[in-house]
Amino acid sequence: MGRRWETALTNRLSTTFAKPHPALVCFITAGDGDTAANLDALVAGGADVIELGMPFTDPMADGPAIQNANIRSLGAGTTTATIFALASAFRARHPDVPLVLMGYANPMVRRGPEWFAQACAAAGIDGVICVDIPPEEDDALGPHLRARGIAPIRLATPTTDAARLPAVLDGSAGFLYYVSVAGITGKQQADIASIETNVTRIKQSTDLPVAVGFGVRTPEQAAGIAKVADGVVVGSALIDLVAEHGANAAPHIEVLTRSLADAVHSARGSA
Amino acid sequence: MNAPNSDRTMPPAKVNSFRNQPDSRGHFGDYGGRYVAETLMPLVLDLEREYRAAQADPAFQAEFDDLLEHYVGRPSPLYFAERLTEALGGAQVWFKRDELNHTGAHKINNCIGQILLAIRMGKTRIIAETGAGQHGVATATVCARFGLPCVIYMGATDVARQQPNVFRMKLLGAEVVPVTSGAATLKDAMNEGLRDWVANVHDTFYIIGTAAGPHPYPELVRDFQSVIGKEARAQMLARTGRLPDLLVAAIGGGSNALGLFHPFLDDADVKMLGVEAAGYGLDGDQHAASLLGGFPGVLHGNKTYLLQDEDGQITEGHSISAGLDYPGIGPEHAWLKDMGRVEYTAVTDDEALDAFQLLCRTEGIIPALEPSHAIAAVAKRAKEMDRDQIILANLCGRGDKDIFTVAEKLGVEM
Repeated sequence: MGRRWETALTNRLSTTFAKPHPALVCFITAGDGDTAANLDALVAGGADVIELGMPFTDPMADGPAIQNANIRSLGAGTTTATIFALASAFRARHPDVPLVLMGYANPMVRRGPEWFAQACAAAGIDGVICVDIPPEEDDALGPHLRARGIAPIRLATPTTDAARLPAVLDGSAGFLYYVSVAGITGKQQADIASIETNVTRIKQSTDLPVAVGFGVRTPEQAAGIAKVADGVVVGSALIDLVAEHGANAAPHIEVLTRSLADAVHSARGSA
Repeated sequence: MNAPNSDRTMPPAKVNSFRNQPDSRGHFGDYGGRYVAETLMPLVLDLEREYRAAQADPAFQAEFDDLLEHYVGRPSPLYFAERLTEALGGAQVWFKRDELNHTGAHKINNCIGQILLAIRMGKTRIIAETGAGQHGVATATVCARFGLPCVIYMGATDVARQQPNVFRMKLLGAEVVPVTSGAATLKDAMNEGLRDWVANVHDTFYIIGTAAGPHPYPELVRDFQSVIGKEARAQMLARTGRLPDLLVAAIGGGSNALGLFHPFLDDADVKMLGVEAAGYGLDGDQHAASLLGGFPGVLHGNKTYLLQDEDGQITEGHSISAGLDYPGIGPEHAWLKDMGRVEYTAVTDDEALDAFQLLCRTEGIIPALEPSHAIAAVAKRAKEMDRDQIILANLCGRGDKDIFTVAEKLGVEM
């Protein structure tokens, strides 16, 4: 079943990961600072995939940087409607850049999973990462996303052993997000050797691209991961720029994104 | 006695038993489940395997029973509150005296069970969240008893209003970490506990304090707390030759209520009333009544009723009782509500405060503010019932920790 979805869902994500170089995946929180400008800066800087964070009052898997981004966003009055408006406008400006929503279950299922999947489809969303819906609870959202051609992107972690990996892959699509450390976002990065071992192990079980995240902050770290993975996810380092520069973060985001993108795209000497 | 009766509150849906939940996936009807991050999923599955093995191991049950008897002080008494009954002028009021347990509340029953599981699993570090501090004290107590390091996450707001319990935890050797995120209360402490757990999965056991969280926590917490109802049922039969007409218990996350209710769920003639915290009233948003004022959603590992806005953002509960102001509720209560087996009501801060004083003066018992909510509901119901009927309420905690809060509300300087 996993295989079926891995191949059946052809959208902007599969086109992006079919490129000859590894992908830079960038995360920012919707409604934190000037989100439209920040999204444009990510694209201008060379990000290949955008993860747009849906703010939640109780971000249990996130460290202080993204927790605070959620608090700032909700404090500024961000609603679910705001997020879909940002996504729709982004899709109109950037028809070809994959856009993924990332967040927690409750805001996604509040109006029902059918409603959410329909809203994602209407806004041109390519995939959804839900932190707290594991494969065991896939019914809560997954079937509705797949029915709309939207990729349910699952997370694998250092605790996802060989026995469990097939369950994680079953029903997932787009790419697999390998969380390199057992912990929360923005903390320390795992050593490159353990990342390589795990990515290699995962790739033996799936044709899905594997993107690696958690704790990636610098071009050097990103390049190291890009040598062994199909994608590198950066979040907290970008969020920190929004925290520091507020509504004027876009130029800073573009600079950091460009340095990350150059490092990731040329990591295998092919850029 | 095994089939549901024809009580008007029962929907037509028929079940053979109300006592065989959850299903193999940890679902209580639509509720419960395992809504956790992937990092925690293997642990949660491990815990379930280990709990099944412990359930089948007579030595585990024997050690649990032995500790409850000789360390906790069980069985707790079943007590006929004669003067309160006279003052109310209706049904007989009986209390299950779980406030007499070691550490002064029902929380210790669950902590004994979970630390034995932690030791079985080879875990060497314990974490927990706490609201009022009762679960934190109980966790720190069992950690001291078994010599395991203990970190307690507690909202900074609760740290300020529950100083005596903070000091108790420190005396017992626990590290108390004040949590400043969000409203700095119980839900934020739980978020921080989950963040610690996800980063320390290799050696850490999370002792969850109520019958909520990812499966199998709601089930195992209920099972450990069911000692309350099993004892009460046998004691009531021995003392009166009959079962009570109505069970009453306060509900935050719902573990003391499930502990009392669960062994009676298939006794069709026994009605049950769960009492949520209405705070300043259910009309506004300053309450903690997830079932009466919330909607189903997903938080902290389970699907259940939550206080939330139209976008699914969690709203802050309020109650005079730090142990009740949690925006969720155990998933089994959500199911029991939808099935109509248990009735749920809510009691305001002021009503709880009146009931607190009523019990002090009529029975010489200072109750915690949590069971004061149950007592307030008992006071209302007793008057509507006949004198030969029996109400059994769970007196799940003693009030020593709350005298400062009560003094402030009554305008007394201490």
